Amino acid sequence: MVNAATLDRSLLSAPLAPGAALDVRGVSHHYQLKGAPLPVLDNVSLTAAPGEFVALLGPSGCGKSTLLRLVAGLEPPTQGELSVDGAPITGPDPSRVVVFQDPTLYPWRTVWRNAALGLEARGLLRSQRSRVDAALELVGLNGFADAYPHQLSGGMAQRAALARALVNEPRLLILDEPLGKLDSLTRIAMQGELVRLWQREGFTTLLVTHDVEEALLLATRVVVFSPRPARITAEIPVDLAYPRHRDDARLVKLRREVLALLGVGDATV
Amino acid sequence: MSHSLPFAREAPLAFRGPALWWSGLLAASAWALAAFVTHHFPDQSEIVEWTQTGHIAVAQGAIAVTFLVLAVTAPLIPPLWRRIQGLGPWFVALGLFFATWQAVTAKFSLLPMPFFVPPQQLVEVYLDDWARLGESVLASLWLLARGYVLGSAVGFAVGIGLGWSPRFGYWAHPVMRLVGPLPATAWLPLAFFLFPSSASASTFLIALATGFPVAVLTWSGVASVNPDFYDVARTLGAKPRFLVLKVAIPAALPHVFVGLFMGLGASFAVLVVAEMLGVRSGLGWYLSWAQGWAAYGNMYAALLVMALMCSGLITLLFQARDRLLSWQKGVVKW
Repeated sequence: MVNAATLDRSLLSAPLAPGAALDVRGVSHHYQLKGAPLPVLDNVSLTAAPGEFVALLGPSGCGKSTLLRLVAGLEPPTQGELSVDGAPITGPDPSRVVVFQDPTLYPWRTVWRNAALGLEARGLLRSQRSRVDAALELVGLNGFADAYPHQLSGGMAQRAALARALVNEPRLLILDEPLGKLDSLTRIAMQGELVRLWQREGFTTLLVTHDVEEALLLATRVVVFSPRPARITAEIPVDLAYPRHRDDARLVKLRREVLALLGVGDATV
Repeated sequence: MSHSLPFAREAPLAFRGPALWWSGLLAASAWALAAFVTHHFPDQSEIVEWTQTGHIAVAQGAIAVTFLVLAVTAPLIPPLWRRIQGLGPWFVALGLFFATWQAVTAKFSLLPMPFFVPPQQLVEVYLDDWARLGESVLASLWLLARGYVLGSAVGFAVGIGLGWSPRFGYWAHPVMRLVGPLPATAWLPLAFFLFPSSASASTFLIALATGFPVAVLTWSGVASVNPDFYDVARTLGAKPRFLVLKVAIPAALPHVFVGLFMGLGASFAVLVVAEMLGVRSGLGWYLSWAQGWAAYGNMYAALLVMALMCSGLITLLFQARDRLLSWQKGVVKW
């Protein structure tokens, strides 16, 4: 196995791939539901500077995930423009990788072969096999390279999905509630790992979540959305140093503000 | 076929069995009874003289002795014990079956005689006619292989096309809906007329019978692939070719194997009918030939061989599946 200390930058991101700049301008989107248009995004404009960690926060089903699909290039927007580093987004690209809420690992492939998917799809696997090992090492799964997905716990499966994304040296990592289905302890552990990965690799990160605390713990900026059709209602810079603590007084105060924006400020149990 | 009884496997802690294998002892008695019936009562045959009766009695006696020895020794040998401990009731039942079979046919003629044959006649058929039976098995296997491979390949391709390409589906779907459900045997009279040889006609019919279930299940397999699997591959830079070969097909394989299994069953049916009606070789032909001569012993002999052949082929298919789909949980053991 490769030594962790020698591999971190040299293998995964040499030459260093810094984060991409994202520009979303005036994007609206609707789906056709039983013949009638169902608006999901309403005139959303958003930018992310290279290396920024932006959390998109809003109620479930508000349309945040749709915005991610547009950024990933899986669908074109009904209206508006999306661009990365000034170039319009016309389709999926391995420099913009999505980690979905479900790990969506291929059950017929081992963890290693799942992580190798991007390289294989682009015909790079033969020459760059070491990148797969490095990515698995990075998420702590190198001992499970030959395991099949059904043998993994939820957290391990999501780590494998993360490794599958990181192998491609993304310049923009798109996270669609990747921790949403994990138990709370695994979730806390993986929040820390996400921040460390982001700090180390320098990619721009877009995280969709409906967990206020998670957004404030991880992101440099939190964008709050309204219920469907999603509009941006607030942008809150989180100017706190990492590592952050969930009982930090400033974070608790921000949390109360954001909850008020979402309409549950006075909720008590 | 592997006899993997779940209980036998889950008792690894019992390193040693009991002092005596009681059902083994019972099996020894049952087989001794069979040997006794075979040896003691005279054959009641007016037409033919069976020559193998004595040999069968000896063989059954030898089996009885073997069980007697096993009843004492098997519990002492853990690997052997794990294999046979669950099978005792079957060994007993088989011994009783042979005793009864012998009694109701050759010994007391309780079943009408030419139609029901005793074991000794079956043995005689295998001894006298093994060459012709063997040839028939090979002929059947060869015909089946041609039709089945052709049908599976075309069915698979059609299924992928239906699941993947709307344009292909536009033309292929209505045709398949009309032609597919028609039993392949309905084509029989026409096929023997249209094709240059009965062999090519039968190959076509077997391929048709195999192709339909394979096509439908491959199609449904491709259609039921989790759409997120495609999204994942697309964001990682996959092209359509990769999506078909590396995502759609592997994801559809469990369905495809159900189709291959159903197609194999259908191909057996068509094989036998085709051989009975047109092809002048194979086990189906052997059966109708035996019927022509009222050689009932030969018919039973051929039926048994056919059952072993079909079961063996299905076992092979399941083994191939277990190999290819080892990543699946909870697959049925054949």
